[in-house]
Amino acid sequence: MRSYAELPRLMTMMTGDEKHGPSATSTLDVLWVLYDQVLRVSPATVDDPGRDRFLLSKGHGPAAYYAVLAAKEFFPEAWLAEFGSASSPLGYHPDRSLVPGVEIASGSLGHGLPLGVGMAHGLLARGFGSPRVYVLVGDAELDEGSNNEAIVYAGAVGLPNLTVVAVDNRSSSYGWGPGGIEAHFAVGGWQVTRVSGRDHAALAAAFSAGPFSAGPFSAGPFSAGPSSAGPRLVVATVEGKG
Amino acid sequence: MVSDMRTVFAETASALLDEDPLTAVVLAEISTDMFAKAMARHPERVLNVGIREQLMVSVGGGLALAGMRPIVHTYAPFLVERAFEQVKLDLAHQGAHAVLASIGASYDAAPSGRTHQAPEDVALVDSVPGFSVLVPGHPDEVRALLRGAMGTLEAGSAYLRMSTVSNREALPVWPGLQVVRSGRRAVVVAVGPMLSPVLDGLSDLDVTVAYATTVRPFDAEGLRALEASSGAVVLVEPYLAGTSAFAVSSALASRPHRLLSLGVQRGELRRYGTPADHAAWQGLDAAGIRRSVTRFLGLA
Repeated sequence: MRSYAELPRLMTMMTGDEKHGPSATSTLDVLWVLYDQVLRVSPATVDDPGRDRFLLSKGHGPAAYYAVLAAKEFFPEAWLAEFGSASSPLGYHPDRSLVPGVEIASGSLGHGLPLGVGMAHGLLARGFGSPRVYVLVGDAELDEGSNNEAIVYAGAVGLPNLTVVAVDNRSSSYGWGPGGIEAHFAVGGWQVTRVSGRDHAALAAAFSAGPFSAGPFSAGPFSAGPSSAGPRLVVATVEGKG
Repeated sequence: MVSDMRTVFAETASALLDEDPLTAVVLAEISTDMFAKAMARHPERVLNVGIREQLMVSVGGGLALAGMRPIVHTYAPFLVERAFEQVKLDLAHQGAHAVLASIGASYDAAPSGRTHQAPEDVALVDSVPGFSVLVPGHPDEVRALLRGAMGTLEAGSAYLRMSTVSNREALPVWPGLQVVRSGRRAVVVAVGPMLSPVLDGLSDLDVTVAYATTVRPFDAEGLRALEASSGAVVLVEPYLAGTSAFAVSSALASRPHRLLSLGVQRGELRRYGTPADHAAWQGLDAAGIRRSVTRFLGLA
């Protein structure tokens, strides 16, 4: 296993750049904290039905994602050097059929969160109380209306095993108003919090906090009351895209 | 009493929910009344997402990725057209398998107008890899087709296309072409509810009539075995004309043949009325089919 300090070197294998701008690394710390401290998944358990699921919905700029997966040895580091080439499994948008540990193929925006809602439902229906589903979205990605369908629905039914992490680099042209992204989730019944997307301790605490309930739908799936844990949103603030 | 296709579908899906703990049903308000009992029995597996068809299809994909066996159901235009990228990406591209079960075929909803009509549905689904396409011609064929699709879900997804229009009698469900009548001048392939008007319109013509409920995969071998010496083939489909023309052309690529593709025409009629009215306007009633086929065979 490689350390956080090695991630820039791994990313350079893909991009050739010695220094990476903020937008290229906007998700880097969030991804590292998830795979290093939060997600119960490893190269040995990528097919375990009881694993935690991480869905990179914002499939653009996957260098940070690939770097973290390589650092955690989901696939050989040597793959990174061939990024985007004819024989490489690593494309500019990730494909779950080609890359071990990648849960969804993404690229077109607004698909990860709705898929995550179905996945969270499926894990509960199969009686897996504990696996959790984490979906990473970008703030501009939330422009896509399909997300709104998922936000309102997941909040209303109180899906307890779903966490969205919205990496907010203020790249949405019209933004989210004074209340920020979290206002739109909170009104739908989500538990929301905002932390620095560069603060590992704060991110880990945000991901691990909250009364995640192992008992699926104790109040019934369509009657999520105040006692329900409900889905959670973590907004991770990073530098503006500039 | 003969039920309609939707009722048989809901009964069969409800039975599957009882039998198999991995079966799930995803709805977007449509048909929720028919699934009320199933929803009460299996609240964690019968999901109504509200009027959210993109979410409905994506939830089907997510359920499948979690190891479930989803049936996703609503009106054809909202299932296939509105959520088409979800069908392409959240099912096919993910390798997630589901049964998409539609009602409201072509002009079933004649008085509702264009917004509730999607005769292009099979052509669209057919452009996505990995889908079989099932077109029952009678309510009694729905049970076997749905059970068959769920039984082979590991191998791929299926589009089950139900209609309020049906043939007089059910036939045994069979994945290949079934010969209903034999003749010499042409092979007429009648898809789903087109069988009765084909038989009525061509009753005195010397043609083979073959019935298909499974149009994808298309039974190329079966067609080659039936092909008339004249090389004349007529395809009668209850959706966009020519949807299966390439499948017929591919099947007969090595032989001289002529193909007449009947189905719903491109272009908007902007007329209401009944499904029977539209069948007549589209030339898909018995008289219209007879007109087209006799002209094609040089008999008129």
